[in-house]
Amino acid sequence: MNTEESYEIRLKVNGKTQQITAPARRLLSDALRGELGLTGTHVGCEHGVCGCCTVLVDGAPVRSCLTFAVAVQDREIRTVEGLAADGGELHPVQEAFKECHGLQCGFCTPGFLMTACALIEQNDDPTEEEITEAIAGNLCRCTGYQNIRAAVRYAAEIVRSDKT
Amino acid sequence: MTTQSFGKAIRRTEDDRLIRGHGSFTDDAGSAGLSLTMIRSPYANARILSIDVSEAWDVEGVQAVLTYNDLPGRLVEPLPLLIPHPSLVAPRTQYILAKEHVRYVGEAVVAIFATDRYVGEDAAERVIVEYEPREAVVGIDAALGPNLVHDDVPGNVAADHVEHVGNVDQALVGAPHVLELDLDMERSMGSSLEGRASHATWDRHSRKLRIQNATQTPTSVRFAVANILEIPDEQVEVFAIDVGGGFGTKVIHPWPEDILTAWGAIEYERPVKFTEDRVEHFISSSHERAQRHQIKVGFDDEGRILGLDVDFVHDNGAYTPYGMIAPLITATQLPGPYKLPNYRVRFRSVYTNTVQVTPYRGAARPHAVFSMERTIDRIAAFLDIDRAELRRRNFIQPDEFPYDLGMIFQDGRPAIYDSGNYPELLEKVLAMIDWDGFPERRSQTPSGRRRGIGVACYVEGTGLGPYEGGHVRVETGGKVQVSTGLASSGQGHHTVFAQIVADELGVPFEDVEVVTGDTRRFQYAVGTFASRAAVMSGNAVAEAARLVKEKAIQIAAEALEANPDDLEIVDAQVQVKGTPARGIPLAQVAVLANPLRYSFSEAARAATQFAGAGDLDEPPIKPGEDPGLEAAGWYSPVRATFASGAHAVEVEVDTATSEVEILRYCVVHDCGRLINPLIVEGQIHGGVAQGIAGALYEKMAYDEDGNLQNASFMDFLMPYCTEIPEVEIDHLETPSPLNPLGIKGAGEAGVIPVSAVIAAAVEDAEGFQINHMPLFPSELHEMRLMNAEVSE
Ligand code: FES
Ligand code: FES
Repeated sequence: MNTEESYEIRLKVNGKTQQITAPARRLLSDALRGELGLTGTHVGCEHGVCGCCTVLVDGAPVRSCLTFAVAVQDREIRTVEGLAADGGELHPVQEAFKECHGLQCGFCTPGFLMTACALIEQNDDPTEEEITEAIAGNLCRCTGYQNIRAAVRYAAEIVRSDKT
Repeated sequence: MTTQSFGKAIRRTEDDRLIRGHGSFTDDAGSAGLSLTMIRSPYANARILSIDVSEAWDVEGVQAVLTYNDLPGRLVEPLPLLIPHPSLVAPRTQYILAKEHVRYVGEAVVAIFATDRYVGEDAAERVIVEYEPREAVVGIDAALGPNLVHDDVPGNVAADHVEHVGNVDQALVGAPHVLELDLDMERSMGSSLEGRASHATWDRHSRKLRIQNATQTPTSVRFAVANILEIPDEQVEVFAIDVGGGFGTKVIHPWPEDILTAWGAIEYERPVKFTEDRVEHFISSSHERAQRHQIKVGFDDEGRILGLDVDFVHDNGAYTPYGMIAPLITATQLPGPYKLPNYRVRFRSVYTNTVQVTPYRGAARPHAVFSMERTIDRIAAFLDIDRAELRRRNFIQPDEFPYDLGMIFQDGRPAIYDSGNYPELLEKVLAMIDWDGFPERRSQTPSGRRRGIGVACYVEGTGLGPYEGGHVRVETGGKVQVSTGLASSGQGHHTVFAQIVADELGVPFEDVEVVTGDTRRFQYAVGTFASRAAVMSGNAVAEAARLVKEKAIQIAAEALEANPDDLEIVDAQVQVKGTPARGIPLAQVAVLANPLRYSFSEAARAATQFAGAGDLDEPPIKPGEDPGLEAAGWYSPVRATFASGAHAVEVEVDTATSEVEILRYCVVHDCGRLINPLIVEGQIHGGVAQGIAGALYEKMAYDEDGNLQNASFMDFLMPYCTEIPEVEIDHLETPSPLNPLGIKGAGEAGVIPVSAVIAAAVEDAEGFQINHMPLFPSELHEMRLMNAEVSE
């Protein structure tokens, strides 16, 4: 019994285009983690609420667990692995999360990093309200959010000081 | 001198991998192989009449579909009872797959092995299970009623236990005042963002079963799997590389899926993975916290407690794999920082047709503290004495340690507080929140709002045995490799253990690399729970480092022809004290520690047999010595350490919406000497957030048929950053006399007094009694209406 049709899907992730073969119902989160081996994107709920699976599609945060891989063919996808080159200098949000102890178990972290990245790349001087608004759709069970807020604040500061 | 790292807010070594997306969580392990999909019971209490799996076998990609009757060998037995206790008269654990009967919605019934989870779920839709539903037993009232969860457990009572100190009956009769309270708390659960997971690979060439498991206790998973599969321990390797939060849930083992993945990997000679989805975490892992307490307290005119009698019922769900540890903790931690000359506690642990109850961060201490602190506040209100003052009058004093509670703690040993300073904790937190200035602030409350303040204190037994071990090895390249058996799930163990070893050994922090929770590196361990990892493994790796240091000094003394007493290790060099010029690098000592036949580097030549070193009348390795610059160290305490703390909160409640807003949340925390304040504060932040979640937002909403109606993050209101305030923290450092590092545990503390302190503040704002947690706006609204009626 096998009625499922497969598709050739071109995924452009972190600047690199790769082709995968997958059925239409293959979630982007599963395609990234499975077919492409990019396991930095995590799945915490599979129903669009926790934000762990957040990736950027054309610069905007998107829940990869609610997105079919086939639907984002040829779009610009960024995952946590694309924030810094392997072993290379950290992105300001990564630097800030480390400096501010913004992660404990690290499971929610990729989602927060991508969300924060989208925020500060558009606005390097966010107000407290803008920070809250940006990260208010991501769950973390470990940190109590205090250091995550501090990290987002500090990431923006790094971006600003890099510019001057 | 080597820069000291103990006590410093060093940034974590764990982070670099995790922020680059290079963590290694169990579900990240190889995707080629089989995926395990479980079919779970939709009924809370039912007999299984028939299971038809024939159509599922036809789905392409299905390897096997199993029911209880297909299980081989010891897989047909119930899962182990992890912690037996004499008062646990009717323990029951579940089968790997349900045998004839299901007892909660979510119980595993059928296992499907398929090429991926998509296929597994397609196949699951084709399995037909016929059930004969029975009346479900849901909630404590139902548990005390006529219907049974297990036909052979009368009254649904798993355990009935009494502990007492002094003579409570006499004390209550003689007390000038007696008050009674009925207090209860609802269920919540750990809800780690990574669910349960296991990935098993059978290497038929080396005959090894390799299991990556999202567990807090890899060594015990290993023994359990080997035992149930009836294979030698040596063939089983278990490791937890990164674990996405544990919170107690992941100390339970083996789960049915742990055994099935391991067994399937051998049977089908393919890797097998199980990754729990969110719904499964809600309905098939563990819950905690539902308890109902009846309290009777006798006290004098000054508010001194003369006798306390507590009778509570603990809802343990359908099974008791972790024994009666949770209610036992409530019983023994209830006295907190107060002197109770006469105390009796009885509990019954009862079965219901719901998910099993096992410790969740705080582990039944939140109920203990809620009970005690509500009692203290009630006495204060009755006598019209300031709530802080009433606490002062009942505190165990700093000169009364060690203080024997007269009870047996959860480790089976006497509950004796090792050290503490409760009055100072309280004074600090009162100053922090400006307790005395509150009336003034209250008078400025905006209209439409009510303001209240509360304070709560607690004592937490941490760092309990039986033991942990650690291994330290200096490599000839200069790196110091450290391992310990317990696992990490966000606590920063790699960082704090490196800090400890760096200081003990005299090497830079950056040279130390730590591995936790890998049975290939360290075989003996207990696990990560009860705020014990820092105390237990911390002291064990410290001991191992001391042994390595001793050995290094011995070897260097020979090489330098110096007296060992004159040597020290500074910045990874063994040298004559104060004379860095007369020294030898630790890496070179590591070379000398291993007499060689074959040289592998320029440095290694010094250890080869023609290098001319050593006394030719002695063997290269003398009796009683071992090669290598390494040692294992152990720490096994006679009993637990007791950390403590005081929380204070100021809230505003909206008169229209009944919503509670936290204005300020203050914590003073005493976990003995701080290894890394950044990490301790992170633990407190997270704990308080979970406490607030349990106090104001979360509960498991079961209907009367035993369906969990909020089994998703849409309906279970786990807080986002919008709900959690900033937490202000101060520390007190009262060293523990029980261990050389003077440390106590800190992992669970934050959560413990939160329900108590928020209840106190809301009670203060509203002017009526708060006896139930959590406190949702709708409930608070109802309470307002009821209390308005009563006072009319
Ligand atoms: S996994 Fe996508 S939002 Fe939770
Ligand atoms: S760090 Fe563990 S869930 Fe956020």
